[in-house]
Amino acid sequence: MWDYVLERRELIAFQAFQHVSLVVQCVLLGTVIALALAVLVYRSPAATALANGVSAVGLTIPAFALLGILLAPFGFGITPAVIAVTFYAALPVLRNAVVGLAGVDRSLVESARGIGMSRSAVLFRVELPLAWPVVLAGIRISTQMVMGIAAIAAYVLGPGLGGLIFSGLSRLGGANALNSTLVGTIAIVLLALVLDLLLVLAGRLTTPRGIRV
Amino acid sequence: MSETTTPETPASDAAVPQRRVSGVAIRLDGVTKHYPGQDRPAVDDVDLEIPAGETVMFVGPSGCGKTTLLKMLNRLIEPSGGRIHLDGEDVTDQDPDKLRRRIGYVIQAGGLFPHMTVATNIGLVPRMLGWDKPRTATRVDELLDLVGLDPAVYRDRYPRELSGGQQQRVGVARALAADPPVLLMDEPFGAVDPVTRLRLQDELLRIQEELGKTIVFVTHDFDEAVKLGDRIVVFDIGARVVQYDTPDAILASPAEEYVADFVGAGATLKQLTLTRVGDVELEQVTTAAVGTDAAAAVAAARAAGQDFVVVLDERGRPISWPTLAELGRATTVPATVDPRLPVVGVRSTLNDALDTMLAASQGGVVVTGRREALAGVLKVEAVMAAIRRSRAEVAG
Ligand SMILES: Nc1ncnc2c1ncn2[C@@H]1O[C@H](COP(=O)(O)OP(=O)(O)OP(=O)(O)O)[C@@H](O)[C@H]1O
Ligand SMILES: [Mg+2]
Repeated sequence: MWDYVLERRELIAFQAFQHVSLVVQCVLLGTVIALALAVLVYRSPAATALANGVSAVGLTIPAFALLGILLAPFGFGITPAVIAVTFYAALPVLRNAVVGLAGVDRSLVESARGIGMSRSAVLFRVELPLAWPVVLAGIRISTQMVMGIAAIAAYVLGPGLGGLIFSGLSRLGGANALNSTLVGTIAIVLLALVLDLLLVLAGRLTTPRGIRV
Repeated sequence: MSETTTPETPASDAAVPQRRVSGVAIRLDGVTKHYPGQDRPAVDDVDLEIPAGETVMFVGPSGCGKTTLLKMLNRLIEPSGGRIHLDGEDVTDQDPDKLRRRIGYVIQAGGLFPHMTVATNIGLVPRMLGWDKPRTATRVDELLDLVGLDPAVYRDRYPRELSGGQQQRVGVARALAADPPVLLMDEPFGAVDPVTRLRLQDELLRIQEELGKTIVFVTHDFDEAVKLGDRIVVFDIGARVVQYDTPDAILASPAEEYVADFVGAGATLKQLTLTRVGDVELEQVTTAAVGTDAAAAVAAARAAGQDFVVVLDERGRPISWPTLAELGRATTVPATVDPRLPVVGVRSTLNDALDTMLAASQGGVVVTGRREALAGVLKVEAVMAAIRRSRAEVAG
């Protein structure tokens, strides 16, 4: 297997880069969308319940099924891959952001209003910073989950390490088929660990000392 | 204006000390709050006039509408009807964010933001008002000093690194940051232990002496109302004003049986809550500055016939009161701060002084005046003598 990796190191490195790049961009996009949705819903109990329902049900949709559905309007390529990965990335962040925002002590919000902060100042200076650790936990879950889902995106000819896995699986028994699948899988697991470490680091840097646990 | 809603005792007769006034008057005209889905208004047609620069205490049973009324003053709750005037100006329709920057607001446990340092918390309102960083920083240090916290030590701490009492002090500092004429306080000292509460009350009295704000203060504790208030409003359900007068007048003649019940206690106890430590003659004691010669201090105390010395720090604040035997063992006066030193302010009541003595198991307390400087020592015998005197007066 080592020879296999050495022989194709450029291709593997390129696919790994594409994979991570897809995941990072989709998680970023998903986070922005999820935060915007959470801010819209968290003050209304009914909307909060709806959002929680959507994120719970959404996570049960099989990735293959979603990709299949997206093929019809978008065809093969990068678009359905990005849409599907972003969709899954947004769900855990949405759930955590709603929980985090709802968990901010009401008396602090009142205190902020009481000293003359505007609605948006309260959101950006008090509520989001206080909810941030919970949101970040959601981003970590998202990233881990989406690393795997991005591999499945190779099914619609999306970019990334999924290509190695699928090409191996499609010619199992053939030369280097197992190597190809194994290398793809192991690379994803390793990259997921690295990303998680980076997120933990980002968490340390972006969480104020006053609320670090 | 009806009789019950303006203070019954004119200011000239009241026991309101002369002080600088930086506060403004507040006037409520028929203020009403009807929460949706409730058949009775929580606040029903209240008229009230709060004079500039005075501390007015709101007391009354739970659920009578004190908090609702207070929050309508800074429009955290929008009134369903009536007008609110600040300094003669109708603010009922003013932009609430602008209004709130002119009104300090302190709630239980301070309401500090845990993700911001003490300095950031205090500087929030000045920054919102467009002050630059150096001016805000100077102001923050000034305020920390005012509430008795050393800026160098506490400026960069986070709220969770402070005790409950310290958090409450920072809460008061934040409310005072932009020098608002009005301060609203909703049971601010409700969550701290009794000893800390007495200290915070003394501190507020001292600050108010310096600043002369208009303070509206909600409390459950009638003793606290008597101690802190220039005037007290006693409310009943629907924020009906039952009595609005000075503490002495309310204690002397409760308007209704309901007030009498609320006030409770007999004549002796009233005296304890009405008489300030500063009204009783304090004992002058031998003092020694930190780092001076211990033997000289011991000799001075002996000559004055005293068996202890009060040690003062570099700012003249008492930090310990060693016996002559304890002090005799040292060569220079030690800088050790005695955490159990019983201290009350001159504006504390005799009740507070007795409480503090009991809590510390001591027969006396150290009394401090302006900027926590030593004013003297009060012994339990002096408290008893004061009570006996006033009982004799009451008996005629
Ligand atoms: N947001 C709200 N919605 C509906 N009713 C409310 C609301 N806030 C308060 N009330 C009701 O209004 C009445 C007055 O409440 P308020 O909080 O002003 O009382 P309070 O005098 O401050 O009581 P406490 O001493 O217990 O703090 C109560 O009957 C309460 O149930
Ligand atoms: Mg209340």
